Amino acid sequence: MSKKEIFVAIIIALFCAVILSPFASESPDGLEKVAEEKSFIEQGEREPIIYAPVPDYVFPWIKSEGMATATAGAFGTLIMFFLVYGIARMLKRPNAKKG
Amino acid sequence: MHIPDGFLSTPAWVSTWVLSFGGLAYCVRKTKEVLQDKVVPLMGVMAAFIFAAQMLNFPVLGGTSGHLLGGVLAAILLGPYAAAIVLSCVLIVQCIVFQDGGLTALGANIFNMSIIGTMGGYCVYLLMLRIFNNNKKVLIAAGIAAWVSVMCASGLCAVELALSGMSPFKVVLPAMLFVHAFIGIGEAIITMLVISFVLKVRPDLIYNTREAPHE
Repeated sequence: MSKKEIFVAIIIALFCAVILSPFASESPDGLEKVAEEKSFIEQGEREPIIYAPVPDYVFPWIKSEGMATATAGAFGTLIMFFLVYGIARMLKRPNAKKG
Repeated sequence: MHIPDGFLSTPAWVSTWVLSFGGLAYCVRKTKEVLQDKVVPLMGVMAAFIFAAQMLNFPVLGGTSGHLLGGVLAAILLGPYAAAIVLSCVLIVQCIVFQDGGLTALGANIFNMSIIGTMGGYCVYLLMLRIFNNNKKVLIAAGIAAWVSVMCASGLCAVELALSGMSPFKVVLPAMLFVHAFIGIGEAIITMLVISFVLKVRPDLIYNTREAPHE
């Protein structure tokens, strides 16, 4: 992929995460729905073991929920790109040395 | 279907952690062997895209929503091993940064969605490529494999829930499979849309097992 293609692809991902995500369905997902119907949902509603910095894709300290979700989306999309690109480069390196 | 903390018994979450760890170690080793230069940036792009797409819950019947898993989509572009690593990274960040899926359940989530959903789904894709032999075979195989991958992941999730004593097997398995049969249609549609776009603009990015690994 050329730099330009990577850039365009990231813009598309950011469009999904920032512009579209505030309009995503708020209904429970398949597992949550089954847990509700079969009444074991409360088992999963205990205190979490670790406190995540951006719980439920809503950035704290941002008042508008749409903006908070969009910010979380942009943040997560960029983390994912740089983290996995870095990991992929590390996985590639030993092969490059062999020639 | 990110399992939260509390749904799985200790034996269930410990054993799935061990299975996932072993599976991922294997994927890392295989990826080091076969990773091509052109796939390196694509892994980052796929991670970003799958994370973004997983935020977009679409409505399915009766007040339920679903979102893309992306395992088969990633595997068709990156190969099954690199795809499993990408999916696992997405699940780890979702758990640690966004509290989506529990930390104890992370092993089960990785096992269901990135190990079985991705690599199992890819096996179905390869099988379908052999069965369908026409010019649309990549798209058809992608759609079927995407649907099957969601069914496999949700079925496994049901097994883990039943083993953890959350709900009897014969209750939770049909319930999970029923709702995910519909979510899987969404998975198939999105996977086919993205693959048909890639086939149009960069057909060479479709992962090809016959290609020499170190060119």
